Amino acid sequence: MTTAHTPGAAAPGRLTAPAIEVTGLHKSFGAHHVLDGVDLAVPAGTVYALLGPNGAGKTTMVNILSTLLTADAGELRVAGHDLRRESSRVRAAIGVTGQFSAIDMFLTGRENLRLMADLTHLDRATAARDVTALLDRFDLADAADRRTLTWSGGMQRRLDLAMTLITRPRLIFLDEPTTGLDPRSRREVWRVVREQVADGVTVLLTTQYLEEADALADRVGVLDAGRLVAEGTPAELKAQVPGESTNLDDVFLALTGHTVAATDPAAADPSTDTTQEMTAR
Amino acid sequence: MSAPYVVRDSMTMLRRNLRHLSRYPSMALMLIAIPVVFLLMFVYVLGGTLGAGLPVAGGGTRADYLTYIVPGIWVMTIASVANGTAVSVAIDQTGGMFARFRTMDIARVSVLTGHVLGAVTRTVLGLSVMILFAVALGFRSDAGPAGWLGAAGLVLLLAFSFTWLTVAMGLAAGSVETASNTPLVLMVLPFVSSGFVPTEQMPAGLRHFAEHQPFTPIIETLRALTAGTPVGSDGWLAVGWCVAIGLAGYLWARRQLGKVPVR
Repeated sequence: MTTAHTPGAAAPGRLTAPAIEVTGLHKSFGAHHVLDGVDLAVPAGTVYALLGPNGAGKTTMVNILSTLLTADAGELRVAGHDLRRESSRVRAAIGVTGQFSAIDMFLTGRENLRLMADLTHLDRATAARDVTALLDRFDLADAADRRTLTWSGGMQRRLDLAMTLITRPRLIFLDEPTTGLDPRSRREVWRVVREQVADGVTVLLTTQYLEEADALADRVGVLDAGRLVAEGTPAELKAQVPGESTNLDDVFLALTGHTVAATDPAAADPSTDTTQEMTAR
Repeated sequence: MSAPYVVRDSMTMLRRNLRHLSRYPSMALMLIAIPVVFLLMFVYVLGGTLGAGLPVAGGGTRADYLTYIVPGIWVMTIASVANGTAVSVAIDQTGGMFARFRTMDIARVSVLTGHVLGAVTRTVLGLSVMILFAVALGFRSDAGPAGWLGAAGLVLLLAFSFTWLTVAMGLAAGSVETASNTPLVLMVLPFVSSGFVPTEQMPAGLRHFAEHQPFTPIIETLRALTAGTPVGSDGWLAVGWCVAIGLAGYLWARRQLGKVPVR
């Protein structure tokens, strides 16, 4: 590829089919139904937010859609490809940034990005240019040649996101991308999401914060104990919540008729982190 | 799978692995230092007494004992390096790097081949150090080039097989701490073999175990090859054990790689 290219931007040619089509998705771990018949459609070039507490099934959903786990049942198409039969074409189209920074702590920031560029089979010149551009864009240039072990949590998370973008995904999964981040890093992540969408990339993010879904998403789905219990634009969902509260507990009470704590099966769900407190915000 | 990229992706992963080695040489040094300490301790602290007990006419010397335990020390070196493999694999598994790789369109096998090739490289380095060290202490061999070639082949096969086993252990461990402990069994088992004392001198039950566990034929084969004496049936047993352990490790590792780490 020799044409001018914004690092991390979508490859030429936007998706025409929906980026994600899910019908009747089921997933159990033992006797625990983590996902219990989820239907979901995300048009290309939009942001979809999955809102829900720990244990609702958000991470399992991302793990399945990003080919890490297989579904027990359901029709699943991601980036126009069948998730089961064409998983390698799905992988070529997606990028994933999880809740915990998946970076190589023994390497420098530059080497981490270079590793991803090499695995994306970018040619040397393109790789070098994209690495430099992303380091600048994520304000990591000064620390680029230090081991990431010495970096702050916010820097590590930004690098994780940059590592996802250098693979030029057309569809990005962000699993609780801002949980535990300081306000500055959070706004940085938000800015990146908006830039990606402006370039035609589709984003599916999970979050525990209504305000985050409100700030970013075209549509929001509320996941409760493995079921999509409400769906709509942020404005539509907020209209159902009394007052100005963006507290997840209030949202849940309004949308599901019960509080988060009453249903939180996080302790029984092996696919999600259970150490995060709902009030940690 | 992008078949044309198997070699390219594997080389990328190997480069990453070797970069870790160059970034943290202290870890590799530690892993080689342990067998060196054992060698020194056994030869200079225990070697006089243990050498006298060797089945040599008129009783053996410290020098005889050095010659006797060198193959066992090599096997310990391989096990020690493999221990490091389990740790680095567990770091990738619990740190999310494996999950990240698995969401990318890369040759799947390359995720593990980087670790395996890196481990074999470390083993060769470690064994070279150990051989030079033993020679410096007075180890001499009557074997010809064929014997040494055979020994090198077996040592590489053993390294390859232990590596797959410890890759699986690292994946299955669930934590870096566990990953650094489970492979210790590979360090301890050589003591209950013909590696340090002849099995004839052990109590009946222990002797039975020692004679039939994988390390004894492997060490006996290495001993015969480097001494220039006939290998006998131990040779096939040694190769058989290596292939079996390696295959079991490979299959175990493949199963484990499909799991998503819990954090």
